Amino acid sequence: MTQATQTVDVMRPPFPAEPGAGVYSNKLGMWVFLASDVMFFTALIGSYIVLRFGVTEPWAKPGAVLNVPLTAVNTFLLICSSVSMVKAYAAIADGKKYFLRAVPGKLLRDGGLKFWLLVTMICGAAFVGVQLVEYIKLVGHGFTPSGFREGSLLAEHAAADPVKYGAAAAGMYGSTFFTMTGFHGFHVTCGVISMTYLYFTKVLPEKYSPQDYRGIEVIGLYWHFVDLVWIILFTIVYLI
Amino acid sequence: MTSTTPTITGHKRPNYILIWLYLFVLTVVEVSAAFLSHIPKKWLILILLFFAVWKALLVALFFMHLKFERWRLRIIFMIPLPLAAILVTAAIMEKVW
Repeated sequence: MTQATQTVDVMRPPFPAEPGAGVYSNKLGMWVFLASDVMFFTALIGSYIVLRFGVTEPWAKPGAVLNVPLTAVNTFLLICSSVSMVKAYAAIADGKKYFLRAVPGKLLRDGGLKFWLLVTMICGAAFVGVQLVEYIKLVGHGFTPSGFREGSLLAEHAAADPVKYGAAAAGMYGSTFFTMTGFHGFHVTCGVISMTYLYFTKVLPEKYSPQDYRGIEVIGLYWHFVDLVWIILFTIVYLI
Repeated sequence: MTSTTPTITGHKRPNYILIWLYLFVLTVVEVSAAFLSHIPKKWLILILLFFAVWKALLVALFFMHLKFERWRLRIIFMIPLPLAAILVTAAIMEKVW
């Protein structure tokens, strides 16, 4: 008598839990780190709220200085990378270690861990790239961490319409914007580097299996957290 | 004879594509609300923050699988939130005073 196991669409832990917390230690460590990161970003966001709503001078209107459509696309890119990350997690949980596999009767191919993690890395790297381009353009137009550079295009606009461009609070606007988005960008960069390391040392040599894929779950938690923080930052910094 | 033994020891996998679609629609609505509406500023801030928290919850609950985790793990993630609220409130109070 043979036995077949049905595992599709059911999630199981990637590794047996250790006594105590009820999860394996790597995952517990990542959650504790994320809890500390919540405090870190809250300190930044909290300072921003206090500074922004504490000043009596008008703050720059949304879209006056920053390129909101470009960042909205970048936000979507990060959300897509979160989906591809979770698809990578689901793929290895189902034992799909391969890149792409043809599915009989279907046009689309079935992606495995190698495919979805690569998509995540590309989306993450693209996010950092777009943010760098945004920074270069902003600094080029005269928006720096210390406000609007004298003689720049933005300084001229701000002089013509100080309310729309928040000329009086430009220094605070610049410092809070570059600090918050810069630290988030640093987190994304660290995530992309970590994923690239995992890809070449663990994923390509097929060291993960449906019985043990701790690395994918742990890096996934970090990546989704980075996405979550950006969702909040995008609203607070770009839209409000 | 072949018998099938389901190994249902975990939980049902969420529909990730549906969550992605939710996030996409919410982002579009959020950006549109910020630019196209004539809602008073205070209400607009509340609405935008509501959308942001909604999206963040979707990511935390379904992508980070917090919905399916044990309570002790959820608590680890939730503990900093009241602490953060105290931090922000204290900073605002100091500014106000």
